[in-house]
Amino acid sequence: MSNGGVNMATEEVVRLENVWVRFDGEAILEGIDLSVYQNDFLGVIGPNGGGKTTLLKVVLGLIRPSQGKVTVLGSTPEKGRKLVGYVPQYSLFDRDFPVAVWDVVLMGRVGQAGRFRRYSEEDKKASINALQTVGMLDFKERQIGLLSGGQQQRVFIARALVSEPKLLLLDEPTASVDAPMMREFYELLNRLKQRMAIVLVTHDLSAVSIYVDTVGCLNRKLFYHHSKEISAEDVEAAYQCPIELIAHGVPHRVLGKHD
Amino acid sequence: MEILQYGFMQRALMAGVLISITCGVIGTYVVVRRMVFISGGISHSSFGGIGLGYLLGIDPVLGAMLFAIGSALGIGAISKRTRLPEDTAIGILWAVGMALGIIFIGLSPGFAPDLFGYLFGNILSVSFSDLIIMVVLTVLILVVVTLLFKEFLSLSFDEEFAKVSGVPAGWLYFILIVLIALSVVILIRAVGIILLIALLTIPAAISRQFVSSLKKMMLLSILLSMVFVISGLWLSYVLDVASGATIILFSGIMFLASLGLSRWRRRRVSITAS
Repeated sequence: MSNGGVNMATEEVVRLENVWVRFDGEAILEGIDLSVYQNDFLGVIGPNGGGKTTLLKVVLGLIRPSQGKVTVLGSTPEKGRKLVGYVPQYSLFDRDFPVAVWDVVLMGRVGQAGRFRRYSEEDKKASINALQTVGMLDFKERQIGLLSGGQQQRVFIARALVSEPKLLLLDEPTASVDAPMMREFYELLNRLKQRMAIVLVTHDLSAVSIYVDTVGCLNRKLFYHHSKEISAEDVEAAYQCPIELIAHGVPHRVLGKHD
Repeated sequence: MEILQYGFMQRALMAGVLISITCGVIGTYVVVRRMVFISGGISHSSFGGIGLGYLLGIDPVLGAMLFAIGSALGIGAISKRTRLPEDTAIGILWAVGMALGIIFIGLSPGFAPDLFGYLFGNILSVSFSDLIIMVVLTVLILVVVTLLFKEFLSLSFDEEFAKVSGVPAGWLYFILIVLIALSVVILIRAVGIILLIALLTIPAAISRQFVSSLKKMMLLSILLSMVFVISGLWLSYVLDVASGATIILFSGIMFLASLGLSRWRRRRVSITAS
């Protein structure tokens, strides 16, 4: 596992400069500056409603910032997102939808395949590879709703991988994964980070702190120093409550030493 | 089988096949994308076009097509471009369209023949020119759905992800509601603007409980629609009651039966699994 070492010389995949997002005049994101590099495995933690999903959607071009500049792979989010894999929040899909695992994964190629065309052999090969990577090839004929939460999540990761992205964004990816599967899930991400930058957002501090290389803390403002250490002051500022309440169960190396 | 010799019965059966294809294909999208209320709004507001047809002395079905497409585009524009909730927009267009229809019919000279047929359907009165309109629209729907099948699937399953992967979600949504508007036109003669929403949703809602892919859902829905339309038609002939209403009632009873069947099936599966 990486020791959190950071190589600043690598390519920048995401750059946010002074990004503000307001809904009805209320600020959801305030002056976010963020750079994500090619080899980063970044975990963004923060309380619910702190703007974590909004941050991902800004990078994906689904939400246009009220102010500030977003660059994704050297381009606008709308153009850059062709090379971004996205694993949305789990709760948002209809479990009764009549669709098999195989067709869900192919959806990740809908852009590459071209309009008015069927999926090509290349698309199908990419889908087989992606399913193999997440270990779900044997389930390809199964209806998506019949899988367990952890298996569904792996299929959604395969769907994000199938476009061969340079950046993988995951929104609360472990919400549906039960504890024994958690370790396996993070090991999968660890293998993937050789090939792409990964950003995951979650309110689950403990799991993130073990596996990711760098940690940011988001509650409208982002506290991030491109390292695994975040100061107790940052966490307190983000969560707006005393550190003792948050640090419970968090390994020491995440939080900077006090003494 | 001697009733099959009548021209009106042959046309009714052909109309039955065409509306079944429409109900199977478009009904599937209506059900999985939860667009039942939109479809209801489009079909009811098309009554304005029926009225306009009477007023101007043109084929009311053409007037209905105009209003159906217009209200589909209106609902789409209001829900995508403004902050008005979609169901509010639908409710308004729904009633305004019907009110316009009543006013237009009131202004028309003489009385409105066949008005009841447009409201509640009369598949036995389908004319040759109605059939031609239905064939053209059905072919159009099938071509568009075939060309955009993977995009519609992606959009129906997860709109946000579809957008991120490069599907022009806004445009496709408009295309889909226009296809719903065309389906309304296809269904008007057979089951009428008030009842058609049931035939558009019931076969798809039944199929959904038993299949694992959208394509299978469409095929099973087409098959079920055919069974419902032909059985309903036959029952209405035997009992000498209105055909449109009989088809809908028969479909409704079958839907209830399917709920029982799928519960029984699920229980059996869970017993075998344990």
